[in-house]
Amino acid sequence: MSEPATPLRILVCVKRVPAPGARITLTADHSAIDTKNLGFTTSPHEECAVEEAIRLVDNHGGSATVLTLGPAESDEQLRYAISVGINKAVHVTNPALADGVDWDPQATASALADAIASIEADDGAFDLILFGNESADSGGFQVGVRVARKLGRAIVNGIKGIEIGVSGDGHATVTARRESTSGFEVYELALPVVLGVKEGLNLPRYPTLPGRLRSKKAEVAVHTADPVLGGLVTENFDNAAELVVQTTMLGNGEQAAPAIVDLIERLGLL
Amino acid sequence: MNEILVIVEHDRGEAVETSYQSIGCARALLAAGVGTSVTAVLIGGEADGLVTDLGAYGVTKVVQVHHAELTDYAPEAWGEAVAELIAARAPAAVVATGTDRGNEVLAYAAAIADLAFAANVTEIKHAGDASLDLTRARWGGSLLEQSKLIASVYVLSGVAHVFSGEPSPDDVDTVAAVEVVVADLSENAARTRITDRVTLSSGITLTTAAVVVSGGRGVGSAEGFAPLVELAELLGGAVGCSRVVTNNGWRPHSDQVGQTGKRIAPELYIACGISGAIQHWVGMMASKHVLAINTDGEANMVGKAEYAVIGDLHKILPAVSAEIRKRRSA
Repeated sequence: MSEPATPLRILVCVKRVPAPGARITLTADHSAIDTKNLGFTTSPHEECAVEEAIRLVDNHGGSATVLTLGPAESDEQLRYAISVGINKAVHVTNPALADGVDWDPQATASALADAIASIEADDGAFDLILFGNESADSGGFQVGVRVARKLGRAIVNGIKGIEIGVSGDGHATVTARRESTSGFEVYELALPVVLGVKEGLNLPRYPTLPGRLRSKKAEVAVHTADPVLGGLVTENFDNAAELVVQTTMLGNGEQAAPAIVDLIERLGLL
Repeated sequence: MNEILVIVEHDRGEAVETSYQSIGCARALLAAGVGTSVTAVLIGGEADGLVTDLGAYGVTKVVQVHHAELTDYAPEAWGEAVAELIAARAPAAVVATGTDRGNEVLAYAAAIADLAFAANVTEIKHAGDASLDLTRARWGGSLLEQSKLIASVYVLSGVAHVFSGEPSPDDVDTVAAVEVVVADLSENAARTRITDRVTLSSGITLTTAAVVVSGGRGVGSAEGFAPLVELAELLGGAVGCSRVVTNNGWRPHSDQVGQTGKRIAPELYIACGISGAIQHWVGMMASKHVLAINTDGEANMVGKAEYAVIGDLHKILPAVSAEIRKRRSA
């Protein structure tokens, strides 16, 4: 496959979320999650987006920028991205944002699209913008699509494979794979384009010591944004009902094999 | 009042497992006083054949959306087609099942129509004048969000396997009226088309298998999956796994069940050496029956499973496969 004529400018949008696996507890009035004892990280799909941007720049040249909308604390996720190899970082923020306090999807998308348009006005357009398919915590399934529409670009979600190439008429293209029930679907897209990616795209690397040192010194560009509120208003939270199950013990060790096969037979699955 | 538009998902004219659950979600809206009838939307001429089934689900009208670009799934074209129906028909609501495609199409349609969109709704609670109280799944379903959707048209997807995908008993004889709409898509509609497909597995897949034999950290290695594969093959089922397994490279990511993997609903889920963290549980909680096999009787998965066996999966699974062979040859 031939290389594109010009190096790639890639933007990765990430979100700071409570570490997956953490037990989420709520404040007494259920209006928010209790962040006191929570660790925070980059949403898993977006860790893969960061890794993919680094690999694409390694293979094709260019530069990768990471951007987040979030509270002051999300500086940590931007610096982590730099420590694994991202070149630049942009922090879109507002004093009203805090850990566990989100803007609605429309407000989030407006703030991101405005910030991206302003970066592009100064430095030129991004060839490829990567989002996570959905954030691990709020799971709105729409911010990437709304941003792409505001920027006038196409987006395909659910992507687990990315290859940059050149079309017959010399334009840079991306071949993106999306998992289906029987294999995967292939989308051939012209750059510039936006992709929503999923975990499984790659295995993200860990930071190196020089990477960590570089990330401490890196300059993070800060943009302030005001929310333009949309029509999905979060009122409060509940933990999903704890399943109360009377577990039937079928036995211990391999002596339980006949009981397991009895069960399979009873369910009509033998 | 007016109609609820329901996207009936299909792949090249074939309904998928969760297609009709969007109609169940629409019926929940009707029950809450939103809209007065259900109109199914079939995007692309290749889906025309699905029209015959829809009356029995309580659908009174079917809109077949036709266009030369609507030959296969294309998120932007589908989203434009739905946004166009919203503008032309001013429905009370637009509903899909919260699958990859359902959420993607509604996100596109809501963005184009400049409407809010509530993804992965688990419950419709109460309809106000221009607002709808609902419950949404967060964290893949482990946390529930009570929210208010404020919009002239409610755009929402229902979490897969929560709303009924069965025909409605009152509508066995309902015949839906058919209307053909020729979409007026922009030149952008073709930009996100599927251009090729690669088939890796035919027949039984993780999302369609009746039995899934799934492994976690307790399997120990890639080779350790051999008895799981053997049992899955004997039962005509599929192999699944937890996130730690794919992170260790023991199985491909396409086998992963959970929040960042697949959501499945088999008849029987056999969880071998899986501790049962919530991120895994949300991927298989729609299973009809769960059997946990674990050395640790205190594991979450053992507590939540309907059936459990305590012991080493590497001894138990071969014994189960041997027992099945013995009974079949008897």
